[in-house]
Amino acid sequence: MPKKPTGKTESLFVSGHRACHGCGLALAVRHILEATGSNVIVVSPTGCLETFSSPYGFSPWRVPWIHHVFENAPAIASGVAAALRAQHRESTRVVAIGGDGATFDIGFGSLSGMLERGDDVLYICADNGAYMNTGGQRSGATPFCAATTTHPAGKTSLGKTERKKDLPEIVAAHGVPYVATASVAYLGDLKQKVKKAMTLHGPRYIQIDTPCPSVWNFPSHLTLEMGRLGVNSGLVPLFEMLDGKISKVKKLRVKVPVIEYLKQQKRFQHLVVKEASRGSLMAVQEQADRNIEKYKLMA
Amino acid sequence: MADIRVVEGSEAVALAVKACRPHVIAAYPISPQTHIVETLARMVADGDLNAEYVRVESEFSAASVVSGASTAGSRSYTASASQGLLLMTEVLYASAGMRLPFVITGVNRSISAPINIQVDHQDTISLRDSGVIQLYVESAQEAYDMHLAAFKIAEDPSIMLPVMVCMDGWVLTHSYERVEFLDQEAVDRFLPPFKPENYLDTANPKTWGSYAEEDVLMEFKYSIHKAMTEGKSCIRKIMAELTALTGRDYGGLVEAYRTGDAEVVLVAMGSMAGTIKDAVDDMRREGKKVGLIRIRCYRPFPYEDLVAAVRGAKVVAVLDANVSMGSEGAVGLDVKSKLIGRPGVPMVIDFIAGLGGREVNSTAVREIVDRAERLSSSGLPPPEAEWLDLNPAIVP
Ligand SMILES: Cc1ncc(C[n+]2csc(CCOP(=O)(O)OP(=O)(O)O)c2C)c(N)n1
Ligand SMILES: [Mg+2]
Repeated sequence: MPKKPTGKTESLFVSGHRACHGCGLALAVRHILEATGSNVIVVSPTGCLETFSSPYGFSPWRVPWIHHVFENAPAIASGVAAALRAQHRESTRVVAIGGDGATFDIGFGSLSGMLERGDDVLYICADNGAYMNTGGQRSGATPFCAATTTHPAGKTSLGKTERKKDLPEIVAAHGVPYVATASVAYLGDLKQKVKKAMTLHGPRYIQIDTPCPSVWNFPSHLTLEMGRLGVNSGLVPLFEMLDGKISKVKKLRVKVPVIEYLKQQKRFQHLVVKEASRGSLMAVQEQADRNIEKYKLMA
Repeated sequence: MADIRVVEGSEAVALAVKACRPHVIAAYPISPQTHIVETLARMVADGDLNAEYVRVESEFSAASVVSGASTAGSRSYTASASQGLLLMTEVLYASAGMRLPFVITGVNRSISAPINIQVDHQDTISLRDSGVIQLYVESAQEAYDMHLAAFKIAEDPSIMLPVMVCMDGWVLTHSYERVEFLDQEAVDRFLPPFKPENYLDTANPKTWGSYAEEDVLMEFKYSIHKAMTEGKSCIRKIMAELTALTGRDYGGLVEAYRTGDAEVVLVAMGSMAGTIKDAVDDMRREGKKVGLIRIRCYRPFPYEDLVAAVRGAKVVAVLDANVSMGSEGAVGLDVKSKLIGRPGVPMVIDFIAGLGGREVNSTAVREIVDRAERLSSSGLPPPEAEWLDLNPAIVP
């Protein structure tokens, strides 16, 4: 039965779900749906979002939502889009929202297939930089030097030894019309990007930095602050690519040294306190500087 | 006038699928399944079939695409074999759990390693426990007919599960056979458009694929099991309708061939049954009381029909084109588990036969019958599964 209008727009992702305090991902989802509106079907892989939003018998979702398994959200979305085409229901749009593990790693083949086929799906990666649902193991999206439970810092380890996979570039190389990065720290920008993506057709990709207080290990009221520091240090560049070319970047007013970002998160503590890690700390700073140069974040 | 033609088995399947008017088809190549999806691709390319044809990058995605499409309310189809079916495994369990009624052709082929492209049933048997209904066919004609039934079974509101039509690779997919086709109106009458009660609908948003705890997980699993076991009567009803429509006898979940007074009952699935029937006829001419039960519907398992058909037999010999390593063949285990404890049941002997395309000819069938008779009258307990035609000299 249709609800009576209340005068106030009802959220499409309502409260009562089981996300942790200060969850960046839950915040992102609510704002994504504000931007898409209600005429969407959402597909999510297994991960924190599925776990905290779908305890049987309860649901915060006010749009049709489907979870199937961990590594197939892009293909499920392709199937939904194909069915909508076959039924001439294309005015309903398909949005996938998946974690970084699902997107960068285990579902990458499925994602690549969906992108290459040109399916009409907006794929949003809520990137919290590790496998959070299983307690914070390393993923292909985990940043350089971050400690995770499967690549901890230790007497002979400074955390992750590899850099983060550059997924936006890889997605763009598929020749898709729209790629963007966003952050929950800049919700206006995030919503604008989702809205923009919704005006286009074919496969589109948005990667959203969603800080995780539980595993990055910072006080849960600092989620937006952590997002802001990530962006303003240059470690999380925000940009838009139309047809594979950078069309817009979020400029930094002041450049924050990476140490300001790292020192507030336990996953980077070994870089802050250990003398032996100076070299790695410098390498992280260089990475931020490279981003600033590559995306012209300061110019 | 009936449309009768000699066609390749794969084409018969493609024509059945076309007649069922699927909305969405997902395709990925693997021998010996490929001719089916290639034929469907040509139909789409020529405008003879109006379906979304999704060329996926893996069987994992093929199963996922049809799952997504099915959830969105579209009749959907895919096909695979061997390694491809195994790659689909996780998706198929989830789709059965979410009660998604798509149809898959499971073209039977051996599983690596060693890699081998010939027929056996190890691939589809590995999906036995997934909640996917499995029908095994003997001929191209039956493959055609069973695909029509498969959609109807899958979509029945009391069932709502994926259905896999299992057909032997090469023997059935690549042989040319006489096949009688139904006209489109007859198929449309038999199989009305798919109108599920629940689908992804923005006007009526629902949450699919929830996280369930131990307080309700068992009930979910039981509901699938119940849809299968209680669904047997629905499957029988649909088979009866199909029999009326085609004039071909699909009366049961098993086909009992000359079992009435049989002392030795053979049990098999798939195309092997053709050879066995010939051998049974030969032995009958010689006065041997031999019969065959061909299991058509393997999941749900039709134990009632089986128990009835072996009544009075001295020995049952199962030909299993699969093996549960370290135990026996799957069909043998099923048959034994359903007979044990009943009064006066025959001895059941399991034969592992035809793995990786190893020929099972009429001489082999006779040998099985002889061995089964000897073993059952030896006074000894039933032996471990026997590996038919095994050459011990070359076991690596
Ligand atoms: C095939 C498979 N492998 C592993 C898992 C276990 N698993 C479930 S969620 C998850 C982590 C999800 O990480 P990510 O995609 O980054 O999402 P997040 O929870 O961090 O939001 C893992 C490893 C699974 N469910 N399925
Ligand atoms: Mg993650």
